[in-house]
Amino acid sequence: MNLRAVWAIYRVEMARAFRTVLQSIISPVISTSLYFVVFGSAIGSRITEIDGISYGAFIVPGLIMLSLLTQSISNASFAIYFPKFVGSIYELLSAPVSYLEIVIAYVGGAATKSIILGLIILATASLFVPLHIEHPFWMLSFLVLTAVTFSLFGFIIGIWAKSFEQLQLVPLLIITPLTFLGGSFYSIHMLPGIWKTITLFNPVVYLISGFRWSFYGKADVSVGVSLGMTLVFLGVCIAIVAWIFKTGYRLRN
Amino acid sequence: MPSILSISGVSKTYATGFTALKQVNLDIERGEIFALLGPNGAGKTTLISIVCGIVNRSSGTVTVDGHDINKDYRAARSLIGLVPQELTIDAFESVWATVNYSRGLFGKPANPAFVEKVLRDLSLWDKKDAKAITLSGGMKRRLMIAKALSHEPRILFLDEPTAGVDVELRQDMWEMVRRLREDGVTIILTTHYIEEAEAMADRVGVINRGEIILVEDKAELMRKLGRKQMTMELRAPLARVPDGLSRYALELSGDGNQLTYTYDNQSDRPGVASLIRDLEAAGVQFRDLDTKNSSLEEIFVNLLRQEP
Repeated sequence: MNLRAVWAIYRVEMARAFRTVLQSIISPVISTSLYFVVFGSAIGSRITEIDGISYGAFIVPGLIMLSLLTQSISNASFAIYFPKFVGSIYELLSAPVSYLEIVIAYVGGAATKSIILGLIILATASLFVPLHIEHPFWMLSFLVLTAVTFSLFGFIIGIWAKSFEQLQLVPLLIITPLTFLGGSFYSIHMLPGIWKTITLFNPVVYLISGFRWSFYGKADVSVGVSLGMTLVFLGVCIAIVAWIFKTGYRLRN
Repeated sequence: MPSILSISGVSKTYATGFTALKQVNLDIERGEIFALLGPNGAGKTTLISIVCGIVNRSSGTVTVDGHDINKDYRAARSLIGLVPQELTIDAFESVWATVNYSRGLFGKPANPAFVEKVLRDLSLWDKKDAKAITLSGGMKRRLMIAKALSHEPRILFLDEPTAGVDVELRQDMWEMVRRLREDGVTIILTTHYIEEAEAMADRVGVINRGEIILVEDKAELMRKLGRKQMTMELRAPLARVPDGLSRYALELSGDGNQLTYTYDNQSDRPGVASLIRDLEAAGVQFRDLDTKNSSLEEIFVNLLRQEP
C-alpha cells in the first residue's frame, strides 16, 4: 500500500478546501441560516410541531443531509474532474498508485470536508433551535456513511463527466429534487396517499429518515431499512467504481 | 546487461478505430539518450503514454528493468519520470507544494534537501512559494521537469521538452539532460527539432504512422545515410557542364558561377580527387570550394519520403 501517495493526495485536497474556505465552508453556513429564517421562522410559525418535535428542530437533520449530499458530490466530482480537465491527471495515472489508493484518497478527502461541513451546520443550527441528539453514535455513523457514499457517487460523476455542464447535470437535475422531495422539510406521513408510496422510491428519504431518528428517535421508515438502503447505495457505488477502474473507463482510453 | 526498457509487439487502436501503433518493438539501453523522431501524429506520445501507464495498450508487452508494466506496475512506474508535452499543472498550488506532492505520489519519503536541490538545479528555487499560475511558460516547463525528477527516476521521458522554449532555456535543458545521463539516468526524448536529437542522442529511432521504421546508432546513421556535398565557386561562369564531366551528375547554378557535386559515403560515385583532376583537364577553374555533411534533419526527411 502506497500510503505516502494516499496522504499526498489527501493533503492536496484538504489544502484546496482551506484555500477556498469562503466557498466551501462559509457559503453553506449562510444558506443554512437562510433556511432557518425562511422555513424555521416564517413557515415554522404556522406548523408548530411534527411528531411532537418543534418544526425548527425537525428540519435540522434534513438540512444537514441536504448539504452533506450536495457537498460530498460536488467536492468529489470536482476533485477528480479538475485534473482531468487541465490534464494534470497524467501524473496520477503514471504514479505507482493502485485504484484503491486513488479512491481512498479522493473520496476520503471529499468525505472529510463534507463531514466537517455537516458538523458546522449542526453547530450553526444549535444557535437557532434547542437540539437534542438521542443516538450520537448512530448520528455520526449516518453522517460518515452518507458522506462516503455520496463522495463515491461524486467521484463516479467526475470521471464520467466530459464537460463542466455534465458535472453539474446530475447534482442539479437529480440530487437536488430528490433531496427536496426526500422529507427534509416535512414528514412523508403528511403527503396524500399515492405520493407517500412514490416517495418510498426516493433513496434520500431513507437517509434523512434514519438521520432524523438518530436525533429524535422518530422516523418515517424503520431505521433498519434506512441503514440497509444506505448500505445498498454504498455497495452500488463501490461496484461502479470497481468497474470503472477495471476497464479504464474515461481514464486510460 | 539487459535493456532497461523493452517494448515488444505493442499495438494500440483507440475506441474511435484509429490505430496509433502497429506492432512496435523497441529496446532502450541502460544509460543512453534515445531520441524518438517522427512527424505529428506518428504515435510518439501514445507510445510514451503506454509505457508510463496513462493509456492502456491493445496488445503486446512492456517491461521496465524487468518489471511488467501491468503485473508489477508499482516497481515499473516508480522507475519512470515523465515530462509530458502539454503544460499541465494544478495552477493554484505553489511550486514547493506541487513538487513535494509528486514525490509523495511516487511513494518516496519527504526529503526537503533533495527537492531543494532539484529546484535549484532548474533555477526555480526563488519561485518556490509562487503559485504555478504566476510562472512564465519556460518556468512552467521547468516545474514539470522538477516534478518528474522529484522521485529520483532512473528513466526520464521528455516529450517535446523544448517546444516553445527560448534558446537559453533550451541550452540549459540540454545541459541538465547531460548531467542526468552522467548520473546514469536513461533518457528518452521525442522532438520535432532534429538538431536537438543530433546534438544529444546516442541512438535515434524513427516512427511513422505507428510503426518504427528505423533504430540506429546516431553516428552510424549519419555515416550510412548521410550525404556530402561539395560546392565549387568558379572563376568564370559556365554556360553548361562540360561533356567530360557528365558521370559526376554535377549541378550548375542558374548564374553559371557554382558547381555542386553530391555524393554519399557508400555510393559508387567517383571520389572528389578524380573530380578535381577531371575539372582541371576540362579547363574549369575554381576560386574556392566547400564541403558539408547533410544533417540528421535531411536524413530524416529523406527517410519519411521513401515511406510508401
